[in-house]
Amino acid sequence: MNAVRIENVQVTPSEPDPVLGYRKYQFGSFTFERDAYFVHVRWPKGMHTIEVDRFLRAMVRDIGWGFFYGWIFFDDVFGTQNHYGTVDIFAGTYSKGHRDTKVDFLETFNTADVAAAFETISVNWINEGYDPLRAPLETGSPLGPKTKEASGPLIRGFKPASRMMGLPGDVSPRSDASGHPINRAFADLKFDKPVIEPEPGFEGQIHAFNLYDHIARADVTWNPSFTSITRACICCVTSEEHMLPVIHGNDRNEWFIQLTDEIHWNIQDKNTGNPRGRIVMKSGDVCAMPADIRHQGFAPKRSMLMVLENGTPGLQEKYAKGELEPFPITAKRW
Amino acid sequence: MSYKTAVASLSSYEKGTIELNDDLRHYAFSNIFEVCNKSRPYERVMVVSNLEYAAEAVRAEGTSPWYTAPHDEFAIVMDGEIEFTFFQLTDAEKPTHKAGAIRLQADPKGKRMGRVIARRGHEVLLPTGSAYQLKAAKPSVALIQTSMGPESVEKWSQICVLK
Repeated sequence: MNAVRIENVQVTPSEPDPVLGYRKYQFGSFTFERDAYFVHVRWPKGMHTIEVDRFLRAMVRDIGWGFFYGWIFFDDVFGTQNHYGTVDIFAGTYSKGHRDTKVDFLETFNTADVAAAFETISVNWINEGYDPLRAPLETGSPLGPKTKEASGPLIRGFKPASRMMGLPGDVSPRSDASGHPINRAFADLKFDKPVIEPEPGFEGQIHAFNLYDHIARADVTWNPSFTSITRACICCVTSEEHMLPVIHGNDRNEWFIQLTDEIHWNIQDKNTGNPRGRIVMKSGDVCAMPADIRHQGFAPKRSMLMVLENGTPGLQEKYAKGELEPFPITAKRW
Repeated sequence: MSYKTAVASLSSYEKGTIELNDDLRHYAFSNIFEVCNKSRPYERVMVVSNLEYAAEAVRAEGTSPWYTAPHDEFAIVMDGEIEFTFFQLTDAEKPTHKAGAIRLQADPKGKRMGRVIARRGHEVLLPTGSAYQLKAAKPSVALIQTSMGPESVEKWSQICVLK
């Protein structure tokens, strides 16, 4: 494996393509070029092609998630790994064929540099009418030549709560007033508010809100928002429709709680990508995603998913060194 | 096109499937409603465990003991209706253990802070520094985001799919 750390690098744009209008970008040793249908990633000794919708859906989420916990595979070949301060961009590093033929490549950059580069590329390559954070049924096509650059927020998540959504001074849940109507897929549900009756002097200390209403109003898919945090235990909720446009490789254990409907998960070995099987989660199901897998979800209907993360700093190193077992319930607890 | 959202309950749930060439214990696959159908009222059964952190599935039925924890907890009502009552802890009642819920040995002696009535989909803060009690006229379900503590019950072999 070739691994190089690049300090303080900026993305370099080409002139716009005379036919399609998009710019090509150089970042470290990687070049990124798009045409009407595909993105072509090149690196010393190799190149790889990804369908443009999949690439853009993955890229905007990778930025929005802050490169998330662990590995984000745009597909089986290309992706990023978060080291919390630096980010690897890799090509073929986790693909046996690429490694065997020694065309795999990896460079490490400062996180801010990768975020700036990916954002620059996304802005140039996303046309008005196409929103990669929306479900495919709710947005236009990314195909074809450059038209007008999209003007709205391309990379939008939801500002994370610091303690609990809706508390005084913390972030507010989505609402009609915030411009988030109930999504069409949850129009059959009724949403009411909890009754909150604080005694005088305890206003703001007794608190509740309708979590399902907040999720049902999401205008993005596969894009979690933090709703409640106790110590380093983070509750994220998200609405999921169509497919998770990345394959997530865990650097720690995480837990999924299926609140409504169902999601089908493909599970692979983290290092080799070999299939381990599949999990179908239905409403009320709970399942761990161990630290030694990759997973990708498919949601036939928009559904509500809760994810519980352990955000303890440095945890990824303990799993990587084998100081912690890569699954949550150790043998003696069974 | 109209959609039909599937939301399970104590009386109606359909568990998913797990088909893996791996040790299924590593995935600890369970269903909250199945767990609560087999639980005693207010048994706090762990369905999530992530090092010191946990989520507990609770069958709310009748009136619970009084609980407190040395940190915030959060309850999400998954089915039914639950009333949560809160009292401020006196200094003598403040927990001395490290994490998770613990049962108070007597009714709380501090000021009443208020109450919340929550139904399916509502998330309720169980704030640090308070004692709380749950009350449900009919069997209901809450999932509590917390840490593993003295009240946490582990019975993974009974609740998880193993083959």
